Amino acid sequence: MDLVQLQRQLVDYRTSLYHEGFLDEQFTQLQSLQDENNPDFVVEVVSLFFEDSERLLNELSKALEQQVIDFKRMDAQVHQLKGSSSSIGAHRVQKLCIVFRNYCEAQNVEGCLKCLQQVKHEYGIIKTKLESMFQLEQQILNAGGSIPV
Amino acid sequence: MGLKLQQSYHHSVTVKVNEQMGTKRGYTFIQANRAWLPKFLLLWVMVMAFLSTWIYKKMDADNKVRRKEVLSSMCDQRARMLQDQFSVSVNHVHALAILVSTFHYYKDPSAIDQETFAEYTARTAFERPLLSGVAYAERVVHSERENFERQHGWTIKTMKREPSPIRDEYAPVIFSQETVSYIESLDMMSGEEDRENILRARATGKAVLTSPFRLLGSHHLGVVLTFPVYKSKLPPSPTEQERIEATAGYLGGAFDVESLVENLLGQLAGNQAILVNVYDITNSSDHLIMYGHQNQDGDLALLHESKLDFGDPFRKHQMICRYHQKAPTSWTALTTAFLFFVICLLVGYILYGAAIHIVKVEDDFHEMEELKVRAEAADVAKSQFLATVSHEIRTPMNGILGMLALLLDTDLSSTQRDYAQTAQVCGKALITLINEVLDRAKIEAGKLELETVPFDLRSILDDVLSLFSEKSRNKGVELAVFVSDKVPEMVMGDPGRFRQIITNLVGNSVKFTERGHIFVKVHLAENPKPMEDPKAETCLNGGSDEDALVSGARQFKTLSGYEAADERNSWDSFKHLVADEELRYDASVKMKAADEASQSVTLMVSVEDTGIGIPLIAQDRVFMPFMQADSSTSRNYGGTGIGLSITKCLVELMGGHISFISRPQVGSTFSFTTVFGRCKRASFSDTKKPNAEDLPSGFRGLKAVVVDGKPVRAAVTRYHLKRLGMLVEFANSVKIAASACGKNGSSCGSKTQPDIVLVEKDSWLSGEDGGLSLRTLDRQQNGHVFKSPKMILLATNITNAELEKARAAGFADTTIMKPLRASMVAACLQQVLGTGKKRQPGRGMLNGSSVLGSLLCGKKILVVDDNMVNRRVAAGALKKFGAAVECAESGKAALKLLQLPHSFDACFMDIQMPEMDGFEATRRIRMMESQAHEQMNGGTEEGSIRTGEWHIPILAMTADVIHATYDECLKCGMDGYVSKPFEEENLYLAVAKFFKTKPISDS
Repeated sequence: MDLVQLQRQLVDYRTSLYHEGFLDEQFTQLQSLQDENNPDFVVEVVSLFFEDSERLLNELSKALEQQVIDFKRMDAQVHQLKGSSSSIGAHRVQKLCIVFRNYCEAQNVEGCLKCLQQVKHEYGIIKTKLESMFQLEQQILNAGGSIPV
Repeated sequence: MGLKLQQSYHHSVTVKVNEQMGTKRGYTFIQANRAWLPKFLLLWVMVMAFLSTWIYKKMDADNKVRRKEVLSSMCDQRARMLQDQFSVSVNHVHALAILVSTFHYYKDPSAIDQETFAEYTARTAFERPLLSGVAYAERVVHSERENFERQHGWTIKTMKREPSPIRDEYAPVIFSQETVSYIESLDMMSGEEDRENILRARATGKAVLTSPFRLLGSHHLGVVLTFPVYKSKLPPSPTEQERIEATAGYLGGAFDVESLVENLLGQLAGNQAILVNVYDITNSSDHLIMYGHQNQDGDLALLHESKLDFGDPFRKHQMICRYHQKAPTSWTALTTAFLFFVICLLVGYILYGAAIHIVKVEDDFHEMEELKVRAEAADVAKSQFLATVSHEIRTPMNGILGMLALLLDTDLSSTQRDYAQTAQVCGKALITLINEVLDRAKIEAGKLELETVPFDLRSILDDVLSLFSEKSRNKGVELAVFVSDKVPEMVMGDPGRFRQIITNLVGNSVKFTERGHIFVKVHLAENPKPMEDPKAETCLNGGSDEDALVSGARQFKTLSGYEAADERNSWDSFKHLVADEELRYDASVKMKAADEASQSVTLMVSVEDTGIGIPLIAQDRVFMPFMQADSSTSRNYGGTGIGLSITKCLVELMGGHISFISRPQVGSTFSFTTVFGRCKRASFSDTKKPNAEDLPSGFRGLKAVVVDGKPVRAAVTRYHLKRLGMLVEFANSVKIAASACGKNGSSCGSKTQPDIVLVEKDSWLSGEDGGLSLRTLDRQQNGHVFKSPKMILLATNITNAELEKARAAGFADTTIMKPLRASMVAACLQQVLGTGKKRQPGRGMLNGSSVLGSLLCGKKILVVDDNMVNRRVAAGALKKFGAAVECAESGKAALKLLQLPHSFDACFMDIQMPEMDGFEATRRIRMMESQAHEQMNGGTEEGSIRTGEWHIPILAMTADVIHATYDECLKCGMDGYVSKPFEEENLYLAVAKFFKTKPISDS
């Protein structure tokens, strides 16, 4: 594929991610931290995020299956998730976490279950989107081009 | 989140309102009994009506008693007089009886006949005014009747003028007064009354009276008085029989009681007022009237009875007096009672009215109070809303700015770059505005608390100046600071807020000043003349515009020679201040001890500029938020106009007040006072000096000559040199300096030889022979054994050409760029004198990430965060600026890493962490440090100096600033906070506090 086209595609894709609210300016900040000394910074951080999030989501699912639900623990876990998502700029996940925490505080099991589903859903989306974005970037790099900022 | 916050605030506000209303419901007695007020009034009226009735009755009764007393006294008086008169008449009749017995019976023949008796009685009638007449009847027994009738030549007749029937005894009248001559020869015993009288009289031997009856002649009521006349002398205590036997006749007189009483009453006052009746009450069941009408009107309610004694023990008489008229209504009593009632009624009504008024006023007061509380609550809510909203806006704004910064890093066409730059400038302005609004809102919500820590005021002023040095230098504006020697080195207060005030004021001045100078002056508030009312000053200023125009051409004795708005900063007054200090310098050292007794020190700070000034019409609203001089101001100069209002709030929080003097096109001078605590010397040496930069002490005792034509500026230069411990002299021009040096050099020896000569660029340029003189100066020095003084040029801005010229003229040593700062001067001097490493004095660049890079470069920083993603991002951000980053995933891990001694320069700490949160971790770290400090202190004397090294700066990392307020951070020993995610400027501001660029590097 034409390099220029690929670059354009990446830019469009990224713009759409911002536009649709999947990402926010924090992701930009993140990108700005990436330089020659640290070329894989974004990918590294985002992978950390994936790792962390999956662990948290698993734990949350388990916690909700329990007979006695430890809402305090869940709240802390959601707070973690919120922190990481806000750090990488996963805007939608972060927003959902806020709602989720309110349900945790209210000890609303149904709300929590619903939120967990939504978070999982959003997480799946952002994961896919980011992965495809990284793929695009990788393609560009492989093609010898530079990633447009 | 914002909404939720607001809700909770709202909730807290309403709760507060309720509480306040609850506590403020303190009712007074009147308020509590408001429903009873009309009843109280009614009760009052009733009580008063009762009282006035009682008063009336009492007065009336008094009146009656008095009336009765008057009546009785009048009555008694009348009775007594009547009795007296009567007894006088009786005595006369008695005398007459004795006369008759003497001359008619003891004389023989009788010396009295009818004629004699008539004449005598007529002539003595004046003595018996009450008696209508007297007559003498002889006792004739039946056996002597014929003899008697024959002797007198008439027969005895009865009262009915008929010849008397035969009786045992007769009492025919033989002598009679002419007035009663019609009774001559009448037998007195034929009348029932007279007979009884006669019998009683001769038995008792005393005057006796008949009951009243109509007299024959006058038809007046009268009584007849009868006296017995005895033939022979009676034994000392004669029996009744003896009396009867000795009786010779009877003398009688008719009392006209009616005319008697009439006469008597006529003589007395008050005759009209009372009615007098006289009764014969011998027969107690049937009173016979003697005087007065039986059925006369009069006041029947009140009467007085007086006993009368007419000398007849058988008969009893009585006088009864009554008032003619009924007792008149007592107007006095009535009026008094009525007036009393009316007055009481009025008083009652007034009290009632007052109470009603009080109730109303109190109601109003409570209502107002409620409204006030509500208004205040609304105000607080507004401020909280502002604070929240400002904070919420900041987050997206950071995004915008970040994006713009990134955008500017890309390849852009010049137009695009221009647009992006404009957007960035606007965004930054917006952030500044939001920060200011947040500040103001915090102040208004009362959330801003001032800290009290010791700080070095001079170094703060230097810092602020250095912040603006670039701008002012570019504009060619001279920036200077002067702090009076009397201002203590360290004061207790809030350095951050003080810095903010100064920054605001100087920032304003820099913004609005295109030429001339900006001069910050600090001295004790006691020194200068008391602050005058700024309003009055401004009026005065308005008036003196003309004057200013006239004097426009002349040089003013201010810092830069430009005219300043406030004359006080000109040399004329400034020199007094300086001279004063000079004179009292020794004294002040002694006084310091006394001064330190007082706990606080009041400083007067003034910031003078020669900018565009403030238009007269706008001067009133300078301190009102969002009010700029006019709308064009923000267009030309930017800014929001909130800065001054914040400044004012801050100054007032710090216990001072701010005022200004401004003249359009001349300049403005803002002055404020502020109260700081004094540092106690003991604690002072122990405490760390986070704000104080240590000035090198290597210059102590060096001697410098400042060559400057402008005394104020020279004083400023001296101030900085003095801080380095140098001795300073002035010289007006290079020539004078040269000659002075020469003289000193030759005559006084090394003691007065200057080590350094500082020449102001203006003085050097204005002196035509400047270069020459300098050379002479040089040469003179060379002629002697002393080493030549170092020549230093002082300049605000200097062109390259000028620099070359200066070098050529002999300023080979160095040029110090203004604004002067002690540390910077020290650095230059070090360089010049060779005590420090040489460095080219340049214009330090102070902006952007290069500075941040230079700040953080090579620093070892610990990032503590439980969230691995966050940790990674923070580490990445810090690494980007060249810092060496280590991470810890919990408070405990951080504690382990920070065991003393460690090599970290700073620590960024997440607040919300499981197990041990950021606050707790910080607390423990601080505890560790203080323990170590104590041990160290115990071990070596140097401990106190080294403590500074053991205070690792800890910065909180937090996403929401509202929850983790700055105060809370400070409370547990943190030094500041950075909002997550990192923003460059924010990071810089937080970090700059701790990692000072070395003083030399920015000179």
